[in-house]
Amino acid sequence: MVTLYINGLEVSVEEGTTLLEASRFFGFPIPTLCHMDGLSPYGACRLCVVEIVEGSNAKLVTSCTYPVTAGLHVRTGSTRVVKARKMILELLLASCPQSKTIQDLASAYEVRQQRFKQEYEDCILCGRCVRMCQEQMAAKAIGFRGRGEKRSLGAPFDLHSEECRLCGACMYVCPACQLRCTYTEPDQPICGGCANLSPPCLEKEPFDDMMCYMVPCVACEIRKD
Amino acid sequence: MEKLKSIDDLLILQNRLVAHRDPRIPIIVIPAGTCGQASGANDLIRIAKRELLAKELTDKIHLRITGCHGFCQVEPSVVVEPFGTFYPKVGLKDMVRIIEAVAKGEIIEDFLFVDQETGKPIEKQSHIPFFKRQVRTLLSLNEKVDPIRIFDYIENGGYLPLVKVLSNGNPHWVVEEVKASGLRGRGGAGFPTGLKWELLAKRTSSNCRFLVCNGDEGDPGAYMDRSLLEGNPHSIIEGMIIGAYGTGATEGVIYVRNEYPLAIKHLTIALRQAKELGLLGEDILGTGVNFDIKLVRGAGAFVCGEETALMRSIEGKIGEPCQRPPFPVQKGINGKPTAINNVETWANIPIIIGVGAQEFSKMGTKKNSGTKIFSLVGKIKNTGLVEVPMGITIDEIVNDIGGGPVGKSKIKAVQTGGPSGGCIPAKMFDMAIDYETLTQAGSIMGSGGMIVMDENTCMVDIAKYFMNFLKDESCGKCFTCRKGTQRMYEILDDISMGKGTLGSLDLLEELANTVKGTTLCGLGQTAPNPVLSTLRYFRNEYLEHIVHKRCPSGVCKELITYSINENCTGCQLCQRACSSEAITGKKKELHRIDPGKCIKCGACKSVCKFNAVDVR
Repeated sequence: MVTLYINGLEVSVEEGTTLLEASRFFGFPIPTLCHMDGLSPYGACRLCVVEIVEGSNAKLVTSCTYPVTAGLHVRTGSTRVVKARKMILELLLASCPQSKTIQDLASAYEVRQQRFKQEYEDCILCGRCVRMCQEQMAAKAIGFRGRGEKRSLGAPFDLHSEECRLCGACMYVCPACQLRCTYTEPDQPICGGCANLSPPCLEKEPFDDMMCYMVPCVACEIRKD
Repeated sequence: MEKLKSIDDLLILQNRLVAHRDPRIPIIVIPAGTCGQASGANDLIRIAKRELLAKELTDKIHLRITGCHGFCQVEPSVVVEPFGTFYPKVGLKDMVRIIEAVAKGEIIEDFLFVDQETGKPIEKQSHIPFFKRQVRTLLSLNEKVDPIRIFDYIENGGYLPLVKVLSNGNPHWVVEEVKASGLRGRGGAGFPTGLKWELLAKRTSSNCRFLVCNGDEGDPGAYMDRSLLEGNPHSIIEGMIIGAYGTGATEGVIYVRNEYPLAIKHLTIALRQAKELGLLGEDILGTGVNFDIKLVRGAGAFVCGEETALMRSIEGKIGEPCQRPPFPVQKGINGKPTAINNVETWANIPIIIGVGAQEFSKMGTKKNSGTKIFSLVGKIKNTGLVEVPMGITIDEIVNDIGGGPVGKSKIKAVQTGGPSGGCIPAKMFDMAIDYETLTQAGSIMGSGGMIVMDENTCMVDIAKYFMNFLKDESCGKCFTCRKGTQRMYEILDDISMGKGTLGSLDLLEELANTVKGTTLCGLGQTAPNPVLSTLRYFRNEYLEHIVHKRCPSGVCKELITYSINENCTGCQLCQRACSSEAITGKKKELHRIDPGKCIKCGACKSVCKFNAVDVR
């Protein structure tokens, strides 16, 4: 057992536990996108940063990959942590505004603006699908390619891989594309439509080729009636 | 080559080599590292060989092809030993005359290096101001050794430190000696090397331990490691064997980027020779020590210089950093304990053992011992590799060794530590160069790149350049690094085009600090340094771009206009140079530039002899 301090609370957890698991177990919520129970920790989305050590050596680390160490002081919601998470969410909103998950997180952290050039990407390259395919499905059909801003996700040479069994696990675990929102104004990605219970797709044409993953979708339910 | 079976065999060989040397025979030394070859050293070598054969001088004059000596500005150069006569910028025809002069024992005065301050020729290489102020413990062997001949290295005292270590017989002593020397990792972070070795030596439970030489040098404008690998590969191999003896490692890897073909060639030859001589492999010099080194070529990713990414690259996976802890010493290549050191660190090891830790720690300052090689490039008179003791001031490097600015413009700043480093303004040039001081000033030591910038360099443009490099070279794993560098580039691009607002400065600073705090590896954590340091020291330049929509240095194309002033004599040179036909005007009449057609390439300014082209 390792003893450490989370937000001042002295806790003992088993060795090998990550800071994220320990914090969640003791009731301190930490937002994540790339983390998933059952998959190996990866540390891509950086949302789960927490502050460790006190004083001038204090630094931010991703709680999902950092192992618990004896006597460590961890703060899961310090000013620095919240500030960093807000900026990360702003960057996420600037890249993938359509994801309901990201929107919800942004609104929970009171991110009200997005000051970068708006992009409309689908993928945040969190690598959940890659790990799912490799670790749970033992297929290794998809992976990362390239580096830097040219990094992308896909099967080798963009051909259908024989390894792929079309199991759909990669889609199932994706944090960005599930619950895709149907905001009204593309330039204002945070419409709040879901929060005030007036689903915007009621007035709009249903999405053309894009599937709505909102389950249960209020709009569809109403239309059925 | 006969395999050496014992330590005595090596000593006998060394004695024989030294005795064989005839100090009276002059040697023509031609540095032919990558820099030398690029400026034509290969042609010089060809001509020298032909002349020596044709005139039947092969017994009277010897020829030695070496790696880079450091003064890359004046390549291709020739040094004539034993006196050390230095001929810079040697042409093909000059080579013939030099050989004739050497045969007669003369010196050609016209070809000598001329000191620009005194106007007098300087004969000896070591008397030239560029070399005089340096302390060349690492680079000095580059002049003495032909990198593809192991006997050259042994003759100059190479592998004697290894003999000292092996005959001492106590691995613990090696680690203690390196610890006592105070040597810190030359890769940039400055972790004490002895401490790293001690941690590795303690991991006795593992049956296999790795030593890695990190030669993935990717900073733009830095090439210290390349020169060492090309010019003196045996010093690195020897350092690694000593390290292996001290730490009990059995496997060695030298990771070199594939963009260094000459370094790979020389290393391959050096490794083969060391193996043939019995200095590598099983039962080294009959002492029962086993250690072998293999060469791994990097595929060109900048991030693979980061140690965890480097290990993954060696394993054959995508070069992507991973979380530390576990540190490589705990869990490295294939899960085995691994110690990774930079090329320059390894090259320091034989010197530490050779002169002793006490003597070594006297060089430099207390916490930063030894020497460090910097590659001095940019807007400066003497460019090249300089080796100086730690703790020397930037001013000494830039003005005394580098010779100050080119032309009349003033030096504005120095960028240290490559793309992840920061810009240090001229007013802080009295600052000592060591790990702590540089970090405090918002820069890093890095591997030792030093780019000098003068008034014609726009700091926004510099930050933009490095951000462009980093957004391509970030591995892309951490969201904040991948998107953060891209967004910082976008904001800087906007500012350089005059589209920036005061709000974008705040956003830039906020984003830079977030990227610094929330990324995994050294690349991401230091990536905002160019932005933060230029914002800290050159904020007024940013404001000039944003508020007044002008670029004070005349670099940012969107914000400048070219015009012709009264000085114009109507020579029509600029008119001919202009590719977009934007310049009109008859002969001997004042010309003018059509701003609509001008593409701001600067061709007119560079050809004008009368200083008649203005940039505003």
